[in-house]
Amino acid sequence: MDGSRGVAENLTPGTAVRRESHASGQPGSAVRREWQRFTAGERLARFAVYFFVVAAFVLSLGTVEVIPEFLWDAPAQVQDLLVRMWPPDYAHYPASVHAALVETLHMATLGTVIAVLLAVPLGLLAASNVMPSRTVNTVAKLALVTSRSVNSLVWALLFIAVFGPGALAGTLAIAFRSIGFVGKLLGEALEEAHRGPVEALKASGAPWPSLLVFGYWPQVKPAFWALVLLRWDINVRESAVLGLVGAGGIGVALNTAMNLFQWDRVAVVLLAIFAVVIVAEVVVTWVRGRIL
Amino acid sequence: MSEAAAGTGAKARSAGSAAPAAAAALELRGLQKSYVRGKPVLRAIDLSIAGTGLTAIIGPSGTGKSTLIRCVNRLVEPSGGQVLLDGEDLTALRGRSLRLARRRIGMVFQEYNLVERLTVIENLLCGRLGHVGALRAWLRRFPPADIDRAFELLDAVGLADFAKTRADALSGGQRQRVGIARALMQQPRLLLADEPTSSLDPKTSVEVMELMRGLCAQRGIPVIVNMHDVELARRFAARIIGMSGGRVVFDGPATALTDEHLKQIYGGEGWLA
Repeated sequence: MDGSRGVAENLTPGTAVRRESHASGQPGSAVRREWQRFTAGERLARFAVYFFVVAAFVLSLGTVEVIPEFLWDAPAQVQDLLVRMWPPDYAHYPASVHAALVETLHMATLGTVIAVLLAVPLGLLAASNVMPSRTVNTVAKLALVTSRSVNSLVWALLFIAVFGPGALAGTLAIAFRSIGFVGKLLGEALEEAHRGPVEALKASGAPWPSLLVFGYWPQVKPAFWALVLLRWDINVRESAVLGLVGAGGIGVALNTAMNLFQWDRVAVVLLAIFAVVIVAEVVVTWVRGRIL
Repeated sequence: MSEAAAGTGAKARSAGSAAPAAAAALELRGLQKSYVRGKPVLRAIDLSIAGTGLTAIIGPSGTGKSTLIRCVNRLVEPSGGQVLLDGEDLTALRGRSLRLARRRIGMVFQEYNLVERLTVIENLLCGRLGHVGALRAWLRRFPPADIDRAFELLDAVGLADFAKTRADALSGGQRQRVGIARALMQQPRLLLADEPTSSLDPKTSVEVMELMRGLCAQRGIPVIVNMHDVELARRFAARIIGMSGGRVVFDGPATALTDEHLKQIYGGEGWLA
Protein backbone atom coordinates (compact mmCIF):
# COMPACT_ATOMS: atom_id res chain seq x y z
CA MET A 1 0.00 0.00 0.00
CA ASP A 2 2.82 2.35 0.84
CA GLY A 3 4.28 1.91 -2.59
CA SER A 4 1.13 3.16 -4.25
CA ARG A 5 0.68 6.10 -1.94
CA GLY A 6 2.74 8.51 -3.96
CA VAL A 7 0.83 7.71 -7.13
CA ALA A 8 -2.49 8.05 -5.37
CA GLU A 9 -1.52 11.44 -4.04
CA ASN A 10 -0.65 12.67 -7.46
CA LEU A 11 -3.96 11.53 -8.88
CA THR A 12 -6.20 12.78 -6.08
CA PRO A 13 -7.44 16.36 -6.37
CA GLY A 14 -6.04 18.55 -3.61
CA THR A 15 -9.42 19.56 -2.24
CA ALA A 16 -10.53 16.30 -0.75
CA VAL A 17 -9.32 16.01 2.81
CA ARG A 18 -10.96 13.51 5.04
CA ARG A 19 -8.50 12.08 7.48
CA GLU A 20 -4.79 12.46 8.22
CA SER A 21 -3.68 8.88 7.76
CA HIS A 22 0.04 9.51 7.45
CA ALA A 23 2.20 12.04 9.25
CA SER A 24 4.87 12.50 6.62
CA GLY A 25 4.12 16.22 6.62
CA GLN A 26 4.29 16.78 2.87
CA PRO A 27 3.02 20.30 2.25
CA GLY A 28 -0.20 20.75 0.27
CA SER A 29 -0.61 17.08 -0.51
CA ALA A 30 -4.05 15.50 -0.52
CA VAL A 31 -4.95 12.84 1.95
CA ARG A 32 -5.73 9.55 0.33
CA ARG A 33 -9.36 8.52 0.73
CA GLU A 34 -9.60 4.94 1.76
CA TRP A 35 -12.13 2.42 0.62
CA GLN A 36 -12.76 -0.99 2.01
CA ARG A 37 -15.36 -3.47 0.85
CA PHE A 38 -16.45 -4.49 4.32
CA THR A 39 -16.64 -2.67 7.62
CA ALA A 40 -15.02 -4.21 10.70
CA GLY A 41 -18.42 -5.47 11.87
CA GLU A 42 -19.16 -7.06 8.52
CA ARG A 43 -15.76 -8.79 8.51
CA LEU A 44 -16.43 -10.15 11.96
CA ALA A 45 -19.86 -11.42 10.86
CA ARG A 46 -18.35 -13.10 7.78
CA PHE A 47 -15.69 -14.76 9.88
CA ALA A 48 -18.40 -15.99 12.25
CA VAL A 49 -20.35 -17.54 9.35
CA TYR A 50 -17.24 -19.37 8.04
CA PHE A 51 -16.40 -20.53 11.55
CA PHE A 52 -19.87 -21.97 12.12
CA VAL A 53 -19.88 -23.75 8.75
CA VAL A 54 -16.60 -25.49 9.56
CA ALA A 55 -17.71 -26.25 13.13
CA ALA A 56 -21.01 -27.72 11.91
CA PHE A 57 -19.15 -29.95 9.44
CA VAL A 58 -16.76 -31.26 12.09
CA LEU A 59 -19.58 -31.82 14.59
CA SER A 60 -21.75 -33.69 12.11
CA LEU A 61 -18.83 -35.95 11.16
CA GLY A 62 -18.71 -36.94 14.80
CA THR A 63 -22.44 -37.67 14.93
CA VAL A 64 -22.50 -39.85 11.81
CA GLU A 65 -20.19 -42.37 13.55
CA VAL A 66 -18.46 -43.79 10.50
CA ILE A 67 -17.36 -47.34 11.17
CA PRO A 68 -13.85 -47.51 9.65
CA GLU A 69 -13.97 -51.25 8.89
CA PHE A 70 -17.10 -50.80 6.75
CA LEU A 71 -15.55 -47.83 4.99
CA TRP A 72 -12.31 -49.69 4.05
CA ASP A 73 -14.38 -52.66 3.05
CA ALA A 74 -16.56 -50.69 0.60
CA PRO A 75 -14.53 -51.08 -2.63
CA ALA A 76 -14.45 -54.86 -2.23
CA GLN A 77 -18.19 -54.93 -1.57
CA VAL A 78 -18.95 -52.82 -4.64
CA GLN A 79 -16.76 -55.06 -6.74
CA ASP A 80 -18.54 -58.13 -5.40
CA LEU A 81 -21.93 -56.58 -6.18
CA LEU A 82 -20.94 -55.76 -9.74
CA VAL A 83 -19.68 -59.28 -10.32
CA ARG A 84 -22.97 -60.71 -9.09
CA MET A 85 -24.89 -58.33 -11.35
CA TRP A 86 -22.97 -59.32 -14.45
CA PRO A 87 -24.24 -60.54 -16.87
CA PRO A 88 -27.74 -59.05 -16.46
CA ASP A 89 -30.59 -61.53 -16.80
CA TYR A 90 -32.08 -60.04 -19.98
CA ALA A 91 -34.66 -62.81 -20.25
CA HIS A 92 -36.21 -61.42 -17.09
CA TYR A 93 -37.18 -58.16 -18.90
CA PRO A 94 -40.04 -59.44 -21.12
CA ALA A 95 -41.12 -61.81 -18.35
CA SER A 96 -41.94 -59.23 -15.68
CA VAL A 97 -39.97 -55.97 -15.93
CA HIS A 98 -41.65 -54.63 -19.06
CA ALA A 99 -45.17 -54.57 -17.65
CA ALA A 100 -43.93 -52.93 -14.47
CA LEU A 101 -42.06 -50.31 -16.49
CA VAL A 102 -45.17 -49.41 -18.48
CA GLU A 103 -47.12 -49.22 -15.25
CA THR A 104 -44.48 -46.84 -13.88
CA LEU A 105 -44.83 -44.56 -16.90
CA HIS A 106 -48.62 -44.61 -16.55
CA MET A 107 -48.36 -43.73 -12.86
CA ALA A 108 -45.97 -40.87 -13.53
CA THR A 109 -48.04 -39.42 -16.37
CA LEU A 110 -51.43 -39.76 -14.72
CA GLY A 111 -50.04 -38.46 -11.42
CA THR A 112 -48.60 -35.40 -13.17
CA VAL A 113 -51.89 -34.69 -14.96
CA ILE A 114 -53.89 -34.88 -11.73
CA ALA A 115 -51.28 -32.71 -9.99
CA VAL A 116 -51.45 -30.03 -12.71
CA LEU A 117 -55.26 -29.94 -12.58
CA LEU A 118 -55.17 -29.31 -8.84
CA ALA A 119 -52.04 -27.12 -8.83
CA VAL A 120 -53.20 -24.53 -11.40
CA PRO A 121 -56.02 -23.11 -9.26
CA LEU A 122 -53.80 -23.15 -6.17
CA GLY A 123 -50.97 -21.44 -8.06
CA LEU A 124 -53.35 -18.72 -9.25
CA LEU A 125 -54.61 -18.16 -5.71
CA ALA A 126 -51.05 -18.08 -4.35
CA ALA A 127 -49.85 -15.35 -6.77
CA SER A 128 -50.32 -11.99 -5.07
CA ASN A 129 -50.70 -10.06 -8.34
CA VAL A 130 -53.40 -12.38 -9.69
CA MET A 131 -55.26 -12.71 -6.38
CA PRO A 132 -54.75 -9.51 -4.40
CA SER A 133 -56.02 -10.95 -1.09
CA ARG A 134 -53.26 -11.68 1.46
CA THR A 135 -55.44 -14.17 3.30
CA VAL A 136 -56.20 -16.21 0.18
CA ASN A 137 -52.49 -16.12 -0.84
CA THR A 138 -51.47 -17.44 2.57
CA VAL A 139 -54.05 -20.23 2.62
CA ALA A 140 -53.07 -21.34 -0.90
CA LYS A 141 -49.36 -21.25 -0.04
CA LEU A 142 -50.05 -23.26 3.11
CA ALA A 143 -51.81 -25.92 1.04
CA LEU A 144 -48.86 -26.02 -1.38
CA VAL A 145 -46.33 -26.30 1.45
CA THR A 146 -48.35 -29.13 3.01
CA SER A 147 -48.18 -31.04 -0.25
CA ARG A 148 -44.41 -30.52 -0.53
CA SER A 149 -43.53 -31.16 3.10
CA VAL A 150 -44.74 -34.76 2.91
CA ASN A 151 -42.34 -37.02 1.01
CA SER A 152 -43.90 -39.07 -1.77
CA LEU A 153 -43.00 -42.28 0.07
CA VAL A 154 -45.02 -41.06 3.02
CA TRP A 155 -47.90 -40.03 0.73
CA ALA A 156 -47.69 -43.54 -0.77
CA LEU A 157 -47.92 -45.18 2.68
CA LEU A 158 -50.95 -43.01 3.49
CA PHE A 159 -52.72 -43.92 0.25
CA ILE A 160 -51.83 -47.58 0.62
CA ALA A 161 -53.56 -47.44 4.00
CA VAL A 162 -56.64 -45.99 2.28
CA PHE A 163 -56.75 -47.81 -1.08
CA GLY A 164 -54.55 -50.80 -0.41
CA PRO A 165 -51.25 -51.51 -2.22
CA GLY A 166 -51.06 -50.98 -5.98
CA ALA A 167 -50.74 -48.44 -8.74
CA LEU A 168 -53.66 -46.26 -7.57
CA ALA A 169 -51.91 -45.46 -4.29
CA GLY A 170 -48.69 -44.74 -6.18
CA THR A 171 -50.41 -42.48 -8.70
CA LEU A 172 -52.10 -40.43 -6.00
CA ALA A 173 -48.87 -40.23 -4.00
CA ILE A 174 -47.12 -38.79 -7.05
CA ALA A 175 -50.00 -36.41 -7.70
CA PHE A 176 -50.14 -35.07 -4.16
CA ARG A 177 -46.41 -34.60 -3.88
CA SER A 178 -46.34 -32.78 -7.24
CA ILE A 179 -49.14 -30.31 -6.47
CA GLY A 180 -46.86 -28.32 -4.18
CA PHE A 181 -44.02 -28.30 -6.70
CA VAL A 182 -46.08 -27.26 -9.73
CA GLY A 183 -48.28 -24.85 -7.75
CA LYS A 184 -45.38 -23.07 -6.07
CA LEU A 185 -43.37 -22.62 -9.25
CA LEU A 186 -46.44 -21.59 -11.26
CA GLY A 187 -47.32 -19.01 -8.59
CA GLU A 188 -43.80 -17.63 -8.72
CA ALA A 189 -43.84 -17.47 -12.53
CA LEU A 190 -47.13 -15.57 -12.35
CA GLU A 191 -45.69 -13.11 -9.85
CA GLU A 192 -42.74 -12.48 -12.15
CA ALA A 193 -45.01 -11.69 -15.12
CA HIS A 194 -44.81 -8.11 -16.38
CA ARG A 195 -47.59 -5.85 -15.16
CA GLY A 196 -47.65 -3.78 -18.35
CA PRO A 197 -49.66 -6.02 -20.70
CA VAL A 198 -52.08 -6.90 -17.91
CA GLU A 199 -52.56 -3.21 -17.13
CA ALA A 200 -53.17 -2.48 -20.81
CA LEU A 201 -55.86 -5.15 -21.05
CA LYS A 202 -57.43 -3.96 -17.81
CA ALA A 203 -57.52 -0.44 -19.22
CA SER A 204 -59.44 -1.73 -22.23
CA GLY A 205 -62.17 -3.13 -19.99
CA ALA A 206 -61.21 -6.82 -20.25
CA PRO A 207 -62.89 -9.06 -17.66
CA TRP A 208 -60.79 -11.02 -15.15
CA PRO A 209 -60.77 -14.36 -17.03
CA SER A 210 -59.57 -12.56 -20.16
CA LEU A 211 -56.77 -10.93 -18.16
CA LEU A 212 -55.66 -14.44 -17.19
CA VAL A 213 -55.89 -15.86 -20.70
CA PHE A 214 -54.37 -12.93 -22.59
CA GLY A 215 -52.33 -11.06 -19.99
CA TYR A 216 -50.77 -13.76 -17.81
CA TRP A 217 -50.98 -17.03 -19.74
CA PRO A 218 -48.80 -16.04 -22.72
CA GLN A 219 -46.19 -14.79 -20.27
CA VAL A 220 -46.07 -17.90 -18.08
CA LYS A 221 -46.69 -20.45 -20.84
CA PRO A 222 -43.02 -21.41 -21.42
CA ALA A 223 -42.32 -21.62 -17.68
CA PHE A 224 -45.49 -23.65 -17.16
CA TRP A 225 -44.72 -26.32 -19.74
CA ALA A 226 -41.09 -26.43 -18.68
CA LEU A 227 -42.00 -27.12 -15.07
CA VAL A 228 -44.70 -29.64 -15.94
CA LEU A 229 -42.20 -31.55 -18.07
CA LEU A 230 -39.57 -31.33 -15.34
CA ARG A 231 -42.05 -32.66 -12.80
CA TRP A 232 -43.02 -35.52 -15.13
CA ASP A 233 -39.35 -36.33 -15.48
CA ILE A 234 -38.92 -36.35 -11.68
CA ASN A 235 -42.08 -38.43 -11.29
CA VAL A 236 -40.84 -41.13 -13.67
CA ARG A 237 -37.83 -41.61 -11.40
CA GLU A 238 -39.83 -41.23 -8.21
CA SER A 239 -42.42 -43.82 -9.21
CA ALA A 240 -39.57 -46.31 -9.53
CA VAL A 241 -38.94 -45.88 -5.81
CA LEU A 242 -42.60 -46.04 -4.76
CA GLY A 243 -42.71 -49.74 -5.57
CA LEU A 244 -40.42 -50.35 -2.59
CA VAL A 245 -43.36 -49.63 -0.28
CA GLY A 246 -45.77 -51.56 -2.50
CA ALA A 247 -47.29 -48.69 -4.42
CA GLY A 248 -46.97 -50.34 -7.82
CA GLY A 249 -44.63 -49.79 -10.73
CA ILE A 250 -41.13 -51.01 -11.48
CA GLY A 251 -40.07 -50.54 -7.86
CA VAL A 252 -42.00 -53.70 -6.98
CA ALA A 253 -39.89 -55.70 -9.48
CA LEU A 254 -36.74 -54.09 -8.06
CA ASN A 255 -37.74 -54.89 -4.50
CA THR A 256 -38.59 -58.50 -5.28
CA ALA A 257 -35.30 -59.09 -7.09
CA MET A 258 -33.31 -57.51 -4.24
CA ASN A 259 -35.09 -59.52 -1.57
CA LEU A 260 -34.30 -62.74 -3.46
CA PHE A 261 -30.64 -61.66 -3.99
CA GLN A 262 -31.15 -62.04 -7.75
CA TRP A 263 -28.59 -59.38 -8.57
CA ASP A 264 -28.55 -60.15 -12.30
CA ARG A 265 -32.27 -59.27 -12.32
CA VAL A 266 -31.66 -56.15 -10.23
CA ALA A 267 -29.20 -55.11 -12.94
CA VAL A 268 -31.87 -55.46 -15.63
CA VAL A 269 -34.34 -53.36 -13.63
CA LEU A 270 -31.74 -50.65 -13.01
CA LEU A 271 -30.81 -50.63 -16.71
CA ALA A 272 -34.50 -50.30 -17.64
CA ILE A 273 -34.94 -47.35 -15.27
CA PHE A 274 -31.77 -45.76 -16.62
CA ALA A 275 -32.98 -46.13 -20.20
CA VAL A 276 -36.36 -44.60 -19.38
CA VAL A 277 -34.76 -41.63 -17.61
CA ILE A 278 -32.51 -41.01 -20.62
CA VAL A 279 -35.46 -41.18 -23.02
CA ALA A 280 -37.48 -38.87 -20.73
CA GLU A 281 -34.59 -36.40 -20.69
CA VAL A 282 -34.38 -36.41 -24.49
CA VAL A 283 -38.14 -35.97 -24.89
CA VAL A 284 -38.30 -33.16 -22.31
CA THR A 285 -35.41 -31.29 -23.96
CA TRP A 286 -36.97 -31.64 -27.40
CA VAL A 287 -40.43 -30.48 -26.27
CA ARG A 288 -38.96 -27.56 -24.32
CA GLY A 289 -37.10 -26.44 -27.40
CA ARG A 290 -40.30 -26.54 -29.41
CA ILE A 291 -42.29 -24.54 -26.84
CA LEU A 292 -39.81 -21.76 -26.11
CA MET B 1 -58.10 1.97 -46.99
CA SER B 2 -57.80 4.40 -44.15
CA GLU B 3 -60.93 6.22 -45.34
CA ALA B 4 -62.80 2.95 -45.10
CA ALA B 5 -61.50 2.47 -41.57
CA ALA B 6 -62.48 6.00 -40.69
CA GLY B 7 -65.95 5.44 -42.13
CA THR B 8 -66.69 2.36 -40.01
CA GLY B 9 -65.20 4.03 -36.97
CA ALA B 10 -67.35 7.12 -37.29
CA LYS B 11 -70.50 5.14 -37.96
CA ALA B 12 -70.07 2.92 -34.95
CA ARG B 13 -69.21 5.87 -32.76
CA SER B 14 -72.24 7.91 -33.66
CA ALA B 15 -74.34 4.86 -32.87
CA GLY B 16 -72.56 4.15 -29.60
CA SER B 17 -72.31 7.58 -28.04
CA ALA B 18 -75.09 10.12 -27.84
CA ALA B 19 -72.97 13.07 -26.73
CA PRO B 20 -72.70 15.97 -29.18
CA ALA B 21 -69.17 16.40 -30.55
CA ALA B 22 -68.83 19.97 -29.33
CA ALA B 23 -69.52 19.23 -25.66
CA ALA B 24 -66.68 18.39 -23.27
CA ALA B 25 -65.79 14.74 -23.61
CA LEU B 26 -63.94 14.65 -20.33
CA GLU B 27 -64.23 16.82 -17.29
CA LEU B 28 -62.10 16.66 -14.18
CA ARG B 29 -63.51 18.35 -11.09
CA GLY B 30 -61.27 18.88 -8.11
CA LEU B 31 -59.31 15.72 -8.88
CA GLN B 32 -56.96 14.82 -6.04
CA LYS B 33 -54.50 12.01 -5.51
CA SER B 34 -52.02 11.30 -2.77
CA TYR B 35 -50.17 7.97 -2.59
CA VAL B 36 -48.92 8.86 0.90
CA ARG B 37 -51.24 10.66 3.28
CA GLY B 38 -50.40 14.36 3.47
CA LYS B 39 -48.23 14.32 0.33
CA PRO B 40 -50.62 15.12 -2.51
CA VAL B 41 -49.44 14.38 -6.05
CA LEU B 42 -52.46 16.02 -7.65
CA ARG B 43 -53.93 19.09 -5.92
CA ALA B 44 -57.51 19.69 -6.97
CA ILE B 45 -57.20 19.58 -10.77
CA ASP B 46 -60.04 21.12 -12.77
CA LEU B 47 -59.91 20.46 -16.50
CA SER B 48 -62.28 20.20 -19.39
CA ILE B 49 -61.27 18.36 -22.56
CA ALA B 50 -63.25 19.13 -25.71
CA GLY B 51 -64.71 16.52 -28.05
CA THR B 52 -61.86 16.70 -30.56
CA GLY B 53 -58.21 17.60 -30.90
CA LEU B 54 -54.95 16.66 -29.26
CA THR B 55 -54.11 17.99 -25.81
CA ALA B 56 -50.56 17.65 -24.51
CA ILE B 57 -49.69 17.64 -20.81
CA ILE B 58 -46.13 18.74 -20.11
CA GLY B 59 -44.25 19.16 -16.86
CA PRO B 60 -41.21 17.93 -14.93
CA SER B 61 -40.86 14.28 -13.92
CA GLY B 62 -42.76 13.35 -10.80
CA THR B 63 -45.24 16.17 -11.09
CA GLY B 64 -48.26 13.90 -11.51
CA LYS B 65 -48.78 13.80 -15.29
CA SER B 66 -48.94 10.02 -15.35
CA THR B 67 -51.05 9.92 -12.21
CA LEU B 68 -53.49 12.38 -13.77
CA ILE B 69 -53.92 10.27 -16.91
CA ARG B 70 -54.22 7.05 -14.93
CA CYS B 71 -56.84 8.56 -12.65
CA VAL B 72 -59.07 9.05 -15.70
CA ASN B 73 -59.47 5.32 -16.37
CA ARG B 74 -58.90 4.46 -12.72
CA LEU B 75 -55.69 2.48 -13.22
CA VAL B 76 -54.82 4.74 -10.31
CA GLU B 77 -57.56 5.29 -7.74
CA PRO B 78 -58.23 9.03 -7.23
CA SER B 79 -58.29 10.22 -3.61
CA GLY B 80 -60.94 12.82 -4.27
CA GLY B 81 -62.84 14.75 -6.92
CA GLN B 82 -64.74 13.62 -9.98
CA VAL B 83 -63.90 12.30 -13.45
CA LEU B 84 -66.81 12.88 -15.84
CA LEU B 85 -66.79 11.07 -19.19
CA ASP B 86 -69.68 12.37 -21.28
CA GLY B 87 -71.24 13.54 -18.03
CA GLU B 88 -70.95 10.17 -16.24
CA ASP B 89 -68.92 10.15 -13.03
CA LEU B 90 -66.35 7.35 -13.37
CA THR B 91 -65.10 7.64 -9.80
CA ALA B 92 -68.38 6.21 -8.51
CA LEU B 93 -68.20 3.06 -10.66
CA ARG B 94 -67.39 -0.40 -9.34
CA GLY B 95 -66.86 -3.82 -10.89
CA ARG B 96 -68.67 -4.42 -14.14
CA SER B 97 -69.81 -0.84 -14.67
CA LEU B 98 -66.20 0.35 -14.29
CA ARG B 99 -65.13 -2.24 -16.83
CA LEU B 100 -67.79 -1.06 -19.27
CA ALA B 101 -66.68 2.54 -18.79
CA ARG B 102 -63.05 1.58 -19.45
CA ARG B 103 -64.06 0.16 -22.82
CA ARG B 104 -64.82 3.73 -23.91
CA ILE B 105 -61.29 4.95 -23.06
CA GLY B 106 -58.36 3.80 -25.16
CA MET B 107 -54.85 3.93 -23.75
CA VAL B 108 -51.38 3.97 -25.26
CA PHE B 109 -48.35 3.30 -23.04
CA GLN B 110 -44.70 4.35 -22.97
CA GLU B 111 -43.50 0.73 -22.90
CA TYR B 112 -46.18 -0.28 -25.44
CA ASN B 113 -47.46 -2.99 -23.07
CA LEU B 114 -48.18 -5.41 -25.88
CA VAL B 115 -48.58 -9.10 -25.12
CA GLU B 116 -45.14 -9.98 -26.45
CA ARG B 117 -45.75 -13.63 -27.22
CA LEU B 118 -48.93 -13.06 -29.20
CA THR B 119 -49.10 -12.08 -32.85
CA VAL B 120 -49.79 -8.53 -33.98
CA ILE B 121 -53.34 -9.33 -35.03
CA GLU B 122 -54.02 -11.03 -31.68
CA ASN B 123 -52.71 -7.94 -29.91
CA LEU B 124 -55.14 -5.82 -31.88
CA LEU B 125 -58.00 -8.15 -31.04
CA CYS B 126 -57.02 -7.74 -27.37
CA GLY B 127 -58.56 -4.30 -27.74
CA ARG B 128 -61.93 -6.07 -28.08
CA LEU B 129 -61.61 -8.14 -24.89
CA GLY B 130 -63.97 -5.77 -23.12
CA HIS B 131 -66.65 -6.63 -25.69
CA VAL B 132 -66.02 -10.32 -26.36
CA GLY B 133 -66.62 -12.98 -23.73
CA ALA B 134 -63.53 -14.58 -22.21
CA LEU B 135 -64.31 -18.07 -23.54
CA ARG B 136 -64.93 -16.88 -27.11
CA ALA B 137 -61.76 -14.80 -26.96
CA TRP B 138 -59.77 -17.75 -25.62
CA LEU B 139 -60.96 -19.92 -28.50
CA ARG B 140 -60.03 -16.99 -30.79
CA ARG B 141 -63.62 -16.84 -32.06
CA PHE B 142 -63.82 -13.08 -32.41
CA PRO B 143 -66.77 -11.60 -34.34
CA PRO B 144 -65.94 -11.20 -38.06
CA ALA B 145 -66.56 -7.45 -37.75
CA ASP B 146 -63.75 -7.21 -35.18
CA ILE B 147 -61.37 -9.12 -37.43
CA ASP B 148 -62.25 -6.87 -40.39
CA ARG B 149 -61.63 -3.80 -38.24
CA ALA B 150 -58.31 -5.22 -37.07
CA PHE B 151 -57.13 -5.64 -40.66
CA GLU B 152 -58.35 -2.14 -41.57
CA LEU B 153 -56.42 -0.66 -38.64
CA LEU B 154 -53.32 -2.67 -39.56
CA ASP B 155 -53.53 -1.08 -43.03
CA ALA B 156 -54.01 2.33 -41.45
CA VAL B 157 -50.89 2.03 -39.25
CA GLY B 158 -48.90 0.52 -42.11
CA LEU B 159 -48.35 -2.94 -40.62
CA ALA B 160 -50.52 -4.98 -42.99
CA ASP B 161 -47.65 -7.41 -43.68
CA PHE B 162 -47.04 -8.07 -39.99
CA ALA B 163 -50.45 -9.50 -39.00
CA LYS B 164 -49.02 -12.91 -38.09
CA THR B 165 -45.67 -11.67 -36.76
CA ARG B 166 -45.14 -12.06 -33.04
CA ALA B 167 -45.09 -8.71 -31.22
CA ASP B 168 -41.64 -9.40 -29.72
CA ALA B 169 -40.16 -9.39 -33.23
CA LEU B 170 -41.17 -5.75 -33.87
CA SER B 171 -39.14 -2.57 -33.49
CA GLY B 172 -40.14 0.10 -30.97
CA GLY B 173 -41.89 2.25 -33.54
CA GLN B 174 -43.79 -0.72 -34.93
CA ARG B 175 -44.81 -1.78 -31.43
CA GLN B 176 -46.20 1.62 -30.64
CA ARG B 177 -48.18 1.54 -33.89
CA VAL B 178 -49.67 -1.73 -32.72
CA GLY B 179 -50.37 -0.08 -29.37
CA ILE B 180 -52.27 2.73 -31.08
CA ALA B 181 -54.19 0.31 -33.30
CA ARG B 182 -55.09 -1.82 -30.26
CA ALA B 183 -56.46 1.23 -28.45
CA LEU B 184 -58.48 2.24 -31.52
CA MET B 185 -59.94 -1.28 -31.75
CA GLN B 186 -62.00 -0.28 -28.72
CA GLN B 187 -63.62 2.49 -30.80
CA PRO B 188 -63.00 4.69 -27.81
CA ARG B 189 -64.66 7.95 -26.90
CA LEU B 190 -61.31 9.23 -25.65
CA LEU B 191 -57.67 8.25 -26.15
CA LEU B 192 -55.11 8.57 -23.34
CA ALA B 193 -51.41 8.32 -24.16
CA ASP B 194 -48.86 8.08 -21.36
CA GLU B 195 -45.49 9.24 -22.73
CA PRO B 196 -46.06 7.37 -26.02
CA THR B 197 -42.81 8.56 -27.60
CA SER B 198 -40.39 8.56 -24.65
CA SER B 199 -38.86 5.23 -25.66
CA LEU B 200 -38.55 6.15 -29.35
CA ASP B 201 -35.98 7.98 -31.43
CA PRO B 202 -36.83 11.53 -32.64
CA LYS B 203 -37.83 10.52 -36.17
CA THR B 204 -40.01 7.62 -35.04
CA SER B 205 -41.51 9.86 -32.35
CA VAL B 206 -42.71 12.30 -34.97
CA GLU B 207 -44.11 9.50 -37.12
CA VAL B 208 -45.96 7.96 -34.19
CA MET B 209 -47.39 11.33 -33.11
CA GLU B 210 -48.45 12.07 -36.67
CA LEU B 211 -50.18 8.72 -36.94
CA MET B 212 -51.94 9.09 -33.60
CA ARG B 213 -53.13 12.62 -34.32
CA GLY B 214 -54.25 11.73 -37.84
CA LEU B 215 -56.17 8.56 -37.00
CA CYS B 216 -57.91 10.17 -34.05
CA ALA B 217 -58.80 13.30 -36.00
CA GLN B 218 -60.40 11.14 -38.72
CA ARG B 219 -62.45 9.33 -36.11
CA GLY B 220 -63.25 12.40 -34.05
CA ILE B 221 -61.54 11.03 -30.92
CA PRO B 222 -60.02 13.56 -28.53
CA VAL B 223 -56.49 12.65 -27.38
CA ILE B 224 -54.70 13.49 -24.14
CA VAL B 225 -50.93 12.93 -24.31
CA ASN B 226 -48.32 13.13 -21.57
CA MET B 227 -45.06 14.35 -23.03
CA HIS B 228 -41.50 15.12 -22.04
CA ASP B 229 -40.61 16.77 -25.31
CA VAL B 230 -41.83 20.38 -25.35
CA GLU B 231 -41.05 20.87 -29.03
CA LEU B 232 -43.00 17.76 -29.98
CA ALA B 233 -45.90 18.99 -27.87
CA ARG B 234 -45.82 22.40 -29.60
CA ARG B 235 -45.76 20.73 -32.98
CA PHE B 236 -48.65 18.33 -32.51
CA ALA B 237 -50.90 19.67 -29.79
CA ALA B 238 -53.65 22.20 -30.30
CA ARG B 239 -53.76 22.78 -26.57
CA ILE B 240 -51.01 22.48 -24.01
CA ILE B 241 -51.45 21.98 -20.28
CA GLY B 242 -48.39 22.70 -18.14
CA MET B 243 -48.21 21.04 -14.75
CA SER B 244 -45.92 21.75 -11.85
CA GLY B 245 -46.10 20.49 -8.28
CA GLY B 246 -49.43 18.76 -8.84
CA ARG B 247 -51.13 21.87 -10.19
CA VAL B 248 -52.03 23.16 -13.63
CA VAL B 249 -49.86 26.25 -14.14
CA PHE B 250 -50.43 26.75 -17.85
CA ASP B 251 -53.43 25.98 -20.01
CA GLY B 252 -53.73 27.42 -23.48
CA PRO B 253 -53.08 27.01 -27.20
CA ALA B 254 -49.64 25.74 -28.18
CA THR B 255 -48.83 29.10 -29.78
CA ALA B 256 -49.30 30.92 -26.48
CA LEU B 257 -46.64 28.88 -24.67
CA THR B 258 -43.64 31.15 -24.03
CA ASP B 259 -40.26 30.70 -22.35
CA GLU B 260 -41.73 32.52 -19.35
CA HIS B 261 -44.28 29.76 -19.01
CA LEU B 262 -41.64 27.05 -19.42
CA LYS B 263 -39.60 28.63 -16.61
CA GLN B 264 -42.69 28.51 -14.46
CA ILE B 265 -43.41 24.87 -15.37
CA TYR B 266 -39.92 23.41 -15.12
CA GLY B 267 -38.21 25.98 -12.88
CA GLY B 268 -34.83 27.63 -13.51
CA GLU B 269 -33.81 28.98 -16.86
CA GLY B 270 -30.29 27.74 -17.53
CA TRP B 271 -31.66 24.88 -19.63
CA LEU B 272 -33.53 27.18 -22.03
CA ALA B 273 -31.43 27.74 -25.14
